[in-house]
Amino acid sequence: MSTQEIKSSPLESLHIELGGKMVPFAGWNMPVQYTSNMDEHNTVRESVGVFDISHMGQFFLVGAGAEEWLNSILANDVRKLAISEAQYTFMLNEDGGVIDDLIIYRFGDDQIFLVVNASMIDEDFAWLDTHLVDGLTLTNESDMWAGMAVQGPDSLKTYAKLFPGRQLPNRNGIDSWEQGGQRFIVCRTGYTGEDGFELFVSAEQGATWFKQFIEAGAKPCGLGARDSLRLEVCYPLNGSDLSPERTPIQAGLGFFCALDKPFIGRDVLKSQKDEGLKERLVAIKYTGKGAPPRAHYAVFTKDGSLIGELTSGVFSPSLKEGIGMGYLPVEYAKVGTELDIDVRGRKFPAKVVKKPFYKKA
Amino acid sequence: MSIPANLKYTADHEWISLEGDVATIGITEHAQEELTDIVFVELPEIGRECNEEEGVAVVESVKAASDIYAPLAGEIVGINLDLEADPGLVNTDPHGKGWMFKMRVKDLADVEALMDAAAYTSHIGG
Repeated sequence: MSTQEIKSSPLESLHIELGGKMVPFAGWNMPVQYTSNMDEHNTVRESVGVFDISHMGQFFLVGAGAEEWLNSILANDVRKLAISEAQYTFMLNEDGGVIDDLIIYRFGDDQIFLVVNASMIDEDFAWLDTHLVDGLTLTNESDMWAGMAVQGPDSLKTYAKLFPGRQLPNRNGIDSWEQGGQRFIVCRTGYTGEDGFELFVSAEQGATWFKQFIEAGAKPCGLGARDSLRLEVCYPLNGSDLSPERTPIQAGLGFFCALDKPFIGRDVLKSQKDEGLKERLVAIKYTGKGAPPRAHYAVFTKDGSLIGELTSGVFSPSLKEGIGMGYLPVEYAKVGTELDIDVRGRKFPAKVVKKPFYKKA
Repeated sequence: MSIPANLKYTADHEWISLEGDVATIGITEHAQEELTDIVFVELPEIGRECNEEEGVAVVESVKAASDIYAPLAGEIVGINLDLEADPGLVNTDPHGKGWMFKMRVKDLADVEALMDAAAYTSHIGG
């Protein structure tokens, strides 16, 4: 991350008014929690919560040949992305390492909306811009949009209250419309493992809509709950579980990489797939009580060899157990492999488990 | 917010209750509110000799780990084992069942130097 001054969400004063505890995250001042991480987490699992995601970046790509060009840059197959649909994909470097994971949305044959991670806005834009060809226009609209994620089993009811008569798109679908001179973009996507949607409105309108979701019954939730929710369902966090030194194949996300077409980094991914991996990202769960696992804690074999470190870790509010992920040599990556996690010199027993940790009953 | 008048306080949001030369130590109501959702407490070994401001315990919320410092020099003579089964006691009863450890104080004069309830109230901006 650069040492630029910290950015503010257009919803910042509302967060403070709501009692949000503000912390710097990915170069942004964002609420980590309002009341309790645990309550916010459980609310999303049981009813509905609303998160500010205005820190995320939004780019628009338009022009004849947008699909073909983007398909040569991103790992997933843009040709398979239908109009009004979303697709999870990766921007990779020449070594197949992850620059960013992102979601792209198709509004028209040659109109694509990209939502990227907050910490990567400038880097992603520069990377795309370097490779851009004549006839295409790429714009960074990140500062123009406020974003909020409404997540949880009751999010459909919340949507119906605020947008009566308007059908929420199907899973991974998108909708866009003008209302009162303002543009709205809604996507049936999320980062919690629950049903829900993400709404993008103009930065000036953000606080108004966030408040309306709260009035409609959604609990404001911070980045702490967002992190524990996503980790329970093993969604990776770029910069932690994904990095320029690791490929999506190592991260177990080969499903989102179309190796049958050319794109930057493909050759490395293909050879990893053909020749096998040395390490992969596994889900690790404590087998007993212990100090919560956290990123960078060392992972040991039962006979005391250091074999890796956690890339993420948290006390799971849903499972009431310590959970984490980390890259381990494949011989230790099998489900059931027993391990020890080192916390300040004390070792807590854990084992490799199947992903995800949490599944909706 | 509860800031009992019979306790002493540190700037690091610990409370100290003295009986004879044994001090009982925990974290304040304000501290538990700030930390929220305590899910693990790591306690010191009984018999450990520690200096003032030495890290002796760790409280962990869902999101972060925070060090707890010995407010005084002395020897650890007791720990609250109930916190192993129910670390949430620190949230629900910080000045009572959520106590963390007991120390035999080396120099009782150090206790006098700690903040009283009024000083702590102004320390947290109350």
